Amino acid sequence: MDLKELYQEIILDHGKNPRNLRKTENFNKDAKGHNPLCGDNVHIYLKLNENKKVEDISFEGHGCAISMASASIMTDLVKGKEEAQVKEIVNDFLDMIKEKEELQNKILNEDEKTKLMCLSGVKQYPMRVKCATLSWHTLTSAIDDFQKTVNTES
Amino acid sequence: MDIDSIKKEFPIFDNKVQNNDLVYLDSANSSQKPRVVIDRIYDFYSKEFSNVGRSVHYLAVAATNLYENTRTSVQRYINAKDKNEIVFTKGATEAINLVANTFGQKYLEEGDEVLLTELEHHSNYVPWHFLRNSKKIKIEFAEINDAGEITIEAIKNKITSKTKIISVTHLSNVTGAILPIKEIVELAHSKNIPVLVDGCQGAPHLKLDMQELDCDFYAISGHKMYGPTGIGVLYAKKKWLDDLPPYQGGGGMINEVKKTGISYGELPNKYEAGTMATAQVIAFNESIKFMEKVGIENIEKHEKELLDYGLDILGKNNSIKIVGNPKNKGGVISFTIEGVHPHDIATILDEDGVAIRAGHHCCQILHEKLKLPATARASFGIYNTKDDIDQLNQSIENCKKIFNI
Repeated sequence: MDLKELYQEIILDHGKNPRNLRKTENFNKDAKGHNPLCGDNVHIYLKLNENKKVEDISFEGHGCAISMASASIMTDLVKGKEEAQVKEIVNDFLDMIKEKEELQNKILNEDEKTKLMCLSGVKQYPMRVKCATLSWHTLTSAIDDFQKTVNTES
Repeated sequence: MDIDSIKKEFPIFDNKVQNNDLVYLDSANSSQKPRVVIDRIYDFYSKEFSNVGRSVHYLAVAATNLYENTRTSVQRYINAKDKNEIVFTKGATEAINLVANTFGQKYLEEGDEVLLTELEHHSNYVPWHFLRNSKKIKIEFAEINDAGEITIEAIKNKITSKTKIISVTHLSNVTGAILPIKEIVELAHSKNIPVLVDGCQGAPHLKLDMQELDCDFYAISGHKMYGPTGIGVLYAKKKWLDDLPPYQGGGGMINEVKKTGISYGELPNKYEAGTMATAQVIAFNESIKFMEKVGIENIEKHEKELLDYGLDILGKNNSIKIVGNPKNKGGVISFTIEGVHPHDIATILDEDGVAIRAGHHCCQILHEKLKLPATARASFGIYNTKDDIDQLNQSIENCKKIFNI
């Protein structure tokens, strides 16, 4: 995939019209993330029901198209999943962005995996990988109830 | 001036970048290197290498002379009074750290103030910040005006009876503002306050005369002056270098070492501990000679023409907002595009071979003040042409298309 395809697919869809860019009412978990290099900020809100299923997930924040699109796609894909499944998807995505060629999880269907693989284009731009992973690290932080803001530089 | 033939002296432009001609607009970050500088490093290591200032064999003496020749060239280039006022460092960062550390040790006490500006690069803030913890000093920031400049009044407003040193940039790497250094120095000296100038952006682009500027310290970065990385210069008035304690201890900076005590070497050895970046210092001489050959007046004139052209072209582009509008401005254009994050701009421009910088440019204090998380920045060097700016503008149009703006 070349750069223009990467940008066209993600930006014109999720980057410019992010899904779930709002604040969940009655959220029971949340976390903030910050990338000081570009000034990107994200705040993830999560509502887990009694069966530990993601009843709702949303985010607020601002950033580059890649970070906004990544948060948008992520929130879309983990909605309705169980907490353990969410963690598996997050780890799988982070592994893919770091080194693995393909996503390994069996939770997402092929369409959903294709959406995520759109973001794999950032691999060739190491400086931009943090843009793509900020919201994912922040989601982990929300699930695990870390109180500290996720910072890409520390 | 024949820019095309000057550009040919830079081998980097012989190669394609991602199948495009390189449009290098990131010289404020680091400049490209002319062949003479690159060759000098190769030749020195191939034919002339030895450590300097120690052994008495042929190669050592020759290398020492070459090393000292650069000192003489720097002295000439910045019109310093004394050759021993030139101290080699690993960069401008180390030069500022040297002053903050040694001046801080000797002259700063709890409650004393260091005056900086909101334009400062982190390298002219963090070294002073260390003294907040160790000496409990205060740091004040002279404020920018709406044009992104620091006026003499802004400095005057922040000077108090507690101000012990003023440390300011010569030329902002974000707004391009050139500070009124001479006036600042006159004002400061009338109150017995020394002045350090961060000359990272000043030295590659402006004619320098230390005796006329009269500042106490001036920090220079070699790699922004068409020179190698790992080399910088601290210019300091001799009275300060005599007066301040050494910065780092080691070989080369001592006079006599005994179990009971140590005496330090004469200038400039006192501040050059350990084996220095010998090859880089020697190659840096070629950078200075290269700039002298082109002529600093010609460099200033050429970059001013590029700046005016760039401001005109980009100024006509309605979606571009240029950051700062200083009257006296160097070859730096920082900008934003409504609806596109600067990192997206930089990544998309890169596809066309256009190299710019995006981010906070190591100036988080300034970006916080401007309420901008990041900016995109095009900065010029001697090898840039109006075609480069046209390509920049065209690539920005392409970027807007991708973002439907």
